[in-house]
This record gives sequence, structure tokens and C-alpha cells, in this order.
Amino acid sequence: MHRLNPLVRTVALVTLAFLYLPMLAIAILSFNRTRYGLQWNGFTTDWYTRLLQNAEILEAARNTLVLAVVSTLVATVLGTLLAIALERYPWGRRSRGWLDNLLYLPVVTPDIILAVALVVAFGALRAISTLFEPGLLTMILGHVTFQIAFVALTVRSRLKSLGRDLDEAARDLYADYSYFVRRVLLPLLAPGIVAGAMLAFTLSLDDFVISFFTAGPTSQTLPLFIYASVRRGVTPEIHALSTLIFLATVLLVLASERLTRR
Amino acid sequence: MQTTPSSLGRLVVWFGELTTPGRLYRRGLWFLLPAVIWILGLLVIPGLALVALSFAERGQYGDVLWNWNLENYSRLLGYGIFGWSPDTILILLRSLWVAFVTTVICVVLAYPLAFFIATQPPRTRYLWLALVIIPFWTNLVIRTYAWQMLLSPEFPFAKVAQVLGLIPADGALYPSAFAVYIGMVTAFLPFVVMPLFSSVERLDWSLVEAAQDLYSSRVRTFFQGIWPQTLPGLTVGIILTFIPAMGMFVIPDLLGGAKYLLVGNLIQQQFYSSRDYPYGAAVSLGLMILTLFGLAIYRRRGQGVELV
Repeated sequence: MHRLNPLVRTVALVTLAFLYLPMLAIAILSFNRTRYGLQWNGFTTDWYTRLLQNAEILEAARNTLVLAVVSTLVATVLGTLLAIALERYPWGRRSRGWLDNLLYLPVVTPDIILAVALVVAFGALRAISTLFEPGLLTMILGHVTFQIAFVALTVRSRLKSLGRDLDEAARDLYADYSYFVRRVLLPLLAPGIVAGAMLAFTLSLDDFVISFFTAGPTSQTLPLFIYASVRRGVTPEIHALSTLIFLATVLLVLASERLTRR
Repeated sequence: MQTTPSSLGRLVVWFGELTTPGRLYRRGLWFLLPAVIWILGLLVIPGLALVALSFAERGQYGDVLWNWNLENYSRLLGYGIFGWSPDTILILLRSLWVAFVTTVICVVLAYPLAFFIATQPPRTRYLWLALVIIPFWTNLVIRTYAWQMLLSPEFPFAKVAQVLGLIPADGALYPSAFAVYIGMVTAFLPFVVMPLFSSVERLDWSLVEAAQDLYSSRVRTFFQGIWPQTLPGLTVGIILTFIPAMGMFVIPDLLGGAKYLLVGNLIQQQFYSSRDYPYGAAVSLGLMILTLFGLAIYRRRGQGVELV
């Protein structure tokens, strides 16, 4: 193993600590008795019990989860199909180049431009159907748009590393296509699909900009709620909520770590 | 494989399957089309609509008048009813500058971190990597708001700055450019560390040892032995940071205050409060052109590195 300069080590550890500072501050304040301001006034867990009685916050939490789960399911199916199409079918060089560009476009487009494009798209679609009024549905459609690419990229790298031997072996042993997909391809792809879905799910939870532009009056999500409360004054319930979300994501990341490492 | 129509009925073996190109294409399209139609319909076509929209004009009630002129672009360059003003150009230049400085700081901090993680024993290496990613899964709004608190007068950072005379007594460190940089760097650091780590992990250390054996200085070892080997990861990291940093609006909004607008805030204002879609479209296109420029660099330089 290579020895690191102690200075490099120190800089690395200080940088890492810096990344955790915001969450630490919020976690400490969530146990602070003070309602307004940041003065320490004694330990309490009141804010956590109050949080669970706050209907508005619970509704926002429910919307956030529905949005993340539904959009992840849709994006995982579409993204996996796209990855298989790109990796296992004989497209010409030209069309492959275009498809690659199309795949990377949602990854490199700044959030705000995707959001603005969605505003324009839903504006036009509203002329056809009232289904596209801003709300949970438009948010789901928006999230899927950027999630597809991330799922497809993750699944595709798994497909690449699988190579073609197992495909050929299965077909040589007279597996028909649907049997091959169900019993060979999907089980082999599972770790990649799970990793892609985890990525899509967390991207959805982390998103603010797309939600901000596509949300309607009845589809408040947690990031939107927190953003709005930063403007009108943050209550300690928000600190408690943020701490809980942080703990939940830590568990999620550790779980996905275990799943993908196998 | 030939793709001319006459060859579509020919028998081929593809991944162990005896089939014809025609059948393969037909089945492939079923896999391909749902996702492609989705991205075309909700990103590419609306993106093209934005191009058209940027040549239109805002009507009196926030509606769109289609009279095809370059009004929005001259406004983007600073020409308004009251003559030329540098305001919008300043916003554009400031966005470029903030994105640039953010990227430089992220890169400088990412190298020690990437090397630190890459030199950990394999068993704990991925745990350290997870430690870099975990804060990034907490919603950006929450993290940014946390920095608002951390930089407020009651907390030690502002106290230290007050004692040093950097800010007035009782003053806060936000809203300020400094606060925006702190928010940006902590938000984008994982995006540089991750791809950089994948390059560092595959580093050929024998080159570094050769440089050391030949008495090269530390600086020279780094720039001639290490840095060129990390270029693919670095390129991806820079693009993953610079592009979203250009369009960022949550961080300048919460930490920068009204005087420190970036292009993201400008776009948000057009589509949210002032409802001037055509001008917003023109500003978005300016940002998008820079993005595609970044993509071109990525496709040329970052080959062989996975984005995710």
C-alpha cells in the first residue's frame, strides 16, 4: 500500500468533516427546546412528537414517497428496456451515435432547463387534456424523464460486463426468447437493475428544481415544504424532520451498498 | 452487419440466436421506443419549442405573442428600453465565474480525498466512499438551509469573522458571495470525488515510483506522473460540476441574497414571478449552448469513464 503524505490525509479528513457539518448542526438543533432563534435552551424530543401530529408535513412526506416510488418503478422498467435495446441489438453506427447522445442529454442538461422544458411541454399538453394540470402526475412524468438515463447507464454497464457467452450458451441449449429473458437475462441483470433503481429513487428524493416547476397546489412535497418554510421562518419541526430524513437516507445508502457489492 | 433492406431477410446468428436482421430490428424497437419517445416528447421536442419561443414576445398578460424577432437576445446582451445596462451580462459572467471557482475549489479538495480513499484497505474503501456520498443524498434545500444557520451570527464561524474584523460585529456571513461558494462547493464535491476516485483507483503506481527513483520533485511527480493518468476521471468530474453549477438557483437564492443573482435565478424569475416565457427561453438557450459545449468536450476527452 502507498503511504500518504500526512498533509493530504488531514486535508481529506477535514473536507469530509465539512460535508457533515450541516447535518450535525440540524440534528443538534432538533433537540433544542427553543422555538425561535438558535440559543440552546435544554434538551427535548418534543419536536419529534409534534412533527408526527403535523398533518401538512405528513401529507408532504406521503407525496414525496409516492412520487419517488412511482417514478422509480416507471423509470426502472423503461431504462432497463433501453439498456437492453442499446447493448443487445445491431443498430448501425450512425443511429447508435444519436441514441448515445439522447441517453446523455438528460444527464448533462442542467436541472433548470429540463424543468423549463417540462413547463413548456405541460403547457402545450394541457390544451389536449386536463390531466396535465400541475400536480403529482406532472411531477412523476418530470422525474421519470431524468431518471430513465441514469437507470439505463447503470444497467448498460452491467450488460457490458456480462458479455455474450451466457446469452449464446442459453440459446444453444434451446431457450426461447421469453424463457431466456425471464430465467437468464433478468436474474443476471438484477444487481444492475437494483443499483439503477436505487440511484433513480435517491435522485427523485434529492430533486428540488423539477418538483418546484411542475408541482401544483395540492402536490406539496418535503423539499418544497422546507423551501417555503425557509422563507417564512423555519420551525424546529423542520429540524426534526431533516434529521429523520438524513437517518433514513443513511440506512438506504448502506442497504444499497450491501446489495450492489454482492 | 449490413442494414440495407435487401439484407433484412438474410439469416444471421446474433448472440447465439438464429434469426433475421428484420426480426431483430422489430423486436429491438419495442425495447427502444418507450424510453426514446419519452425523452423525445418531454425533453427534446419541448427543448426545440424553447428555441422557437425565444424569438417570440411577452404579451401584456404574460401570454406569448408570435412576432419572430431578436428582442430577447438583445435584452440578453443588455439592451433595454432605457439603453444599454451591464446587469444581465454581469449575471451571465458571474454565473460563469462562480461555476469556474466552484469547480476549481472542488477539484483541489477532491484530489486529497480521492487519494485518501483509494489508499485505504479494500475492505473499508467503499465505506469511505459511501461517507462522501451520504450527505449528498440529503436534499439540497435542507443542506443549504443548514449553511444559512451555520453562517448566522450565533454560530462560531460568524463569531470568528467578527473578531477578525472581516464582518461588522453582530453581522452574519450570509447573504454573501462567500456563503454561495461554501454552499456550492459542499454541494458538488462528491461529483468530482467519485469519478476522480475511479481514475485514482486504477492508477499505475510504477510510473510514480519511476519518477521518484529519478529524483523528480514532488510537484513534478504529481504533474507528470499522476495528473495525466487522472485526466479521464477529472474531465467527467469537472463537467458534472461545472454544468449544474452554471444553472444552480437554490443555493444563490438562499445564500446569495438579492444582489447575487445567477443565471438560474434569472430563468426562474422569468418562468415563475414575471411570467416572461420568451425571455426565459432565450436565457435558457444561452445556458444550454454552454452545456452542449461541455458535452462535446466530454465525448472527446472522457471516453471510457462511466458517468455513473
